[in-house]
Amino acid sequence: MKPFLIMAALALGTSPALAEDWQATLDAARGQTVYFNTWGGDERTNAFIADLGKRTEAAYGVSIRQVKLADTADAVARVLAEKTAGRDTEGAVDLIWINGPNFMTMKDKGLLHGPFVADLPNSAALDMTEGSANTVDFTIPVEGMEAPWRLAKFVFTYDSDRITPPPAGMAGWVDWAKDHPGRITHPDPANFMGATFLKQALIELAPEDTDLSIAPTDASFATATAPLWEWYDALRPYLWRDGKSFPENESAQHQMLNDGEVDMSMSFDPASAAAAIGDGLLPETVRVFVPAAGSIGNVSFVAIPYNAAHMAGAKVVANTLLAPETQARMQDIDVLGSFSVLDPSLLDDAGRAAFASLPTAEALPTLDDLGPVLPEPHPDWMPRLTLEWQHRYTR
Amino acid sequence: MSGQGAIFIRGAAGALIVAGLAVPVAFGMWHSLGASFGYFPAIGATRLSFEAWQGLVALPGLWRAAATGLFAGLLSTAISVMLAFAVLAVFHGRLRHGTFSRILTPLLAAPHAAIAIGMVFVIAPSGWIARMLAPLVGWAYPPDIPTVGDPWALALVLALVVKELPFVVLILLGSMTQIPVRQHMATGRSLGYGRAACWLWLVFPQLWPLIRLPVLVVLAFAISVVDMAMIIGPSNPPTLAVMVARLFADPNVDAILPASAGGVLQLVLVGVGFAALLGAQILVRQLGRLVLRCGLRLRWLDKVLSLPAALAVGVVLLAGLGLMSLLIWSVSFVWRWPDLWPASLSMRAWRGAAESWQGAAGTSLLVAVCSTAIALLVAIVWLESGDRTGRGGTSIWLQFAIYLPLLMPQISFLIGLGGMTLQSGLFSPLALVVWGHWLFVFPYVMIALADPWGALDPRLERTAAALGAGPWRRFVRVKLPALLTPICTAAAVGFSVSIAQYLPTLFLGGGRIVTLTTEAVALSSGSDRRVAAVHATLQAVLPLLVFVLMFAIPATLHRNRRALRGGFSK
Repeated sequence: MKPFLIMAALALGTSPALAEDWQATLDAARGQTVYFNTWGGDERTNAFIADLGKRTEAAYGVSIRQVKLADTADAVARVLAEKTAGRDTEGAVDLIWINGPNFMTMKDKGLLHGPFVADLPNSAALDMTEGSANTVDFTIPVEGMEAPWRLAKFVFTYDSDRITPPPAGMAGWVDWAKDHPGRITHPDPANFMGATFLKQALIELAPEDTDLSIAPTDASFATATAPLWEWYDALRPYLWRDGKSFPENESAQHQMLNDGEVDMSMSFDPASAAAAIGDGLLPETVRVFVPAAGSIGNVSFVAIPYNAAHMAGAKVVANTLLAPETQARMQDIDVLGSFSVLDPSLLDDAGRAAFASLPTAEALPTLDDLGPVLPEPHPDWMPRLTLEWQHRYTR
Repeated sequence: MSGQGAIFIRGAAGALIVAGLAVPVAFGMWHSLGASFGYFPAIGATRLSFEAWQGLVALPGLWRAAATGLFAGLLSTAISVMLAFAVLAVFHGRLRHGTFSRILTPLLAAPHAAIAIGMVFVIAPSGWIARMLAPLVGWAYPPDIPTVGDPWALALVLALVVKELPFVVLILLGSMTQIPVRQHMATGRSLGYGRAACWLWLVFPQLWPLIRLPVLVVLAFAISVVDMAMIIGPSNPPTLAVMVARLFADPNVDAILPASAGGVLQLVLVGVGFAALLGAQILVRQLGRLVLRCGLRLRWLDKVLSLPAALAVGVVLLAGLGLMSLLIWSVSFVWRWPDLWPASLSMRAWRGAAESWQGAAGTSLLVAVCSTAIALLVAIVWLESGDRTGRGGTSIWLQFAIYLPLLMPQISFLIGLGGMTLQSGLFSPLALVVWGHWLFVFPYVMIALADPWGALDPRLERTAAALGAGPWRRFVRVKLPALLTPICTAAAVGFSVSIAQYLPTLFLGGGRIVTLTTEAVALSSGSDRRVAAVHATLQAVLPLLVFVLMFAIPATLHRNRRALRGGFSK
């Protein structure tokens, strides 16, 4: 294993010194158990992580214990509590699957270890040019403090047997919902996916001169969101349960789509519909839809808390997540179906071959179907949208 | 053992109960109270203020959440008590004691989360009942009727009744042994009162004081329940307890302050619930007297009585359907509207999630066995040392100590305890969770064991002493075998209490301890009902197996000791 790794490192153009450092990391990691904190609501992701653990165990002697969270914020809260309590080593969280707002919280409060991404040998196949999706997380510069592992893009799913496809623009949703009363809904905006639905609508509906990449002020928020609320007030009466209650998250809404209680859902994973169909979790007539103007997209990252008890092991897991064979396996619709973060042009022949042999499916969109990637608004927009929505519609 | 030794052991056991149970609960509450007024030094909050309360009050939908929680708790408790009385009024003397416990034990043993997950599938708009009705009513799609997660929390009330009714019935059965029901009935009927009226005027007023405390426990639990409310309760806003639990998990660490205020508000809510119940008691008493003085024989009540009894049977059937649906879901592959039965069956959910459920089941078992074993040991040491020092089994302060964790809303003091233990880092999460479960297992074990222990015929021990057996020999050879049945029952009760715990696992384990319950609750809002059903099925089956085992042990060991057999001690 060791000679192979050094050779691989050399082949990738990394300096021998770096390879030696990495060897030191591998040595330190052997025998460690990494507490990998992730949102635990998706069985395929859970199975993928379990399988990953077997692979790291076999290759590097690093086992993974997945801590399934109802909400990623739970792990952030835990690290924060540990820091406030002065527990600066031996922290309970080794690796977190993290997204924008939580990343911002951890970065701002000095809760992260790093920069470490450049130390990972497999990061060589990442497009790290400035402004690429791998370098910015919800407009927050990544700066090597978190490692990419999968591409997420907001898509709608609908049952083509029961309902017409969603309209090309969000403005058309009012009429669409009027035609299908009680069959359309979105997850509770207290949940990430529900908030993303509002953000997707906001990007399309906000006045032309709105800059969503900077943090909103009270005034700019009010101006930018006025058309959104007008639109939502018109839409809400036609939603499921008269827009008075909402599924807790998109998983719950997927289950409702499967049960026939609603006719559409949404996802941050373009392949999830095809995957769910194969798994018997959605009707075979479910298809994926992206608004004409494109949809919000981002990269999922993993980060290491500053006080992680098994830091070396966490790095080995982050590196293994970026290995071409792991990424190809991840993109395999029969495994997880998440789009890879690696840049095909930076892969070697073996890596490219791994991706070329992946199967296809009818409900699986091609990269072209997915349309343009709209950047995430500044993270401050999301909590504000959620809060404003709650003030307006929670009584 | 000398008398002094017994006094020493009794002192040690008493100190353990006070220091391990009452003090932490009180301290956790005190910590929550301090945090609600801005005092939480570990996060740098030391200035007393009302900010936490202001933050809490500013939460959207807070008052509705509080009102819904209170309403659901009061209504479910009232319904459970009324249905339980109706059940006994109709079936007492007609069904054998053992029949009751055989029907009710699976429900009593099934954890709340499993019941709720099963119920959701039965009563949801796309659920079993709707699927049965669909061809008759002509529903092409599931109707858009909020039968689950409705804003009034009626689905939650139903789920709570399913879980509480068996408990109240068994409590009533237990207390009925203290009252000559048969003679009262005979007297009442000879005066021309109907069966229902006899129960209402003669039995109920005598039984009520005996079951009041357990009913308050039921009420406190129902107002504060988190796992069930997350699964089947309203969502926008949820009940107060769910709101507070979510606030505790907020990434913003300062949210612990309004969360603590919410915990205190939850305590106030339970206080209001108690006051309402005791107020209702006074009202019913006065009204009852007025009606009683009219001398009406109320024979028509007998016919009406069958209605609540039928409802109770319906509730039991519903729960049975729910538990059955869990099992079927766990082995189904595709099961869509409007099919009454899965289109295809598969063991994939069991195989695919094998590591998940095996790990969770192992942890659940470990925590349940440890907490139950410790609880049994402490209870037996306390009761036996009480016998040896010549004091009764229970005293007022012990009653207070064991009812304290049951009458206080879990979330109110667990927020404080969770906050404190997070800082200390002294104990492993597993040890903390075992202890957290013990807080609730011990009281139930004690309640289950104290009465049969006290009721043991003292002549047995005296006879053994007269034959020359020392205290240890008498304990091991005479008392333990004679008390084996209630000890086994207490163990089964403790085990099922532990398996069902959600908040202590979550708050004290800091997310590191994954049990069947935390997993089932987390998965219940996921996209794969089959995997949730696997965990919920196991969660329901494990306690049931232990109950069966604990019935089987005395039945086997005492197969030729007729007087020592039977489900209950008296």
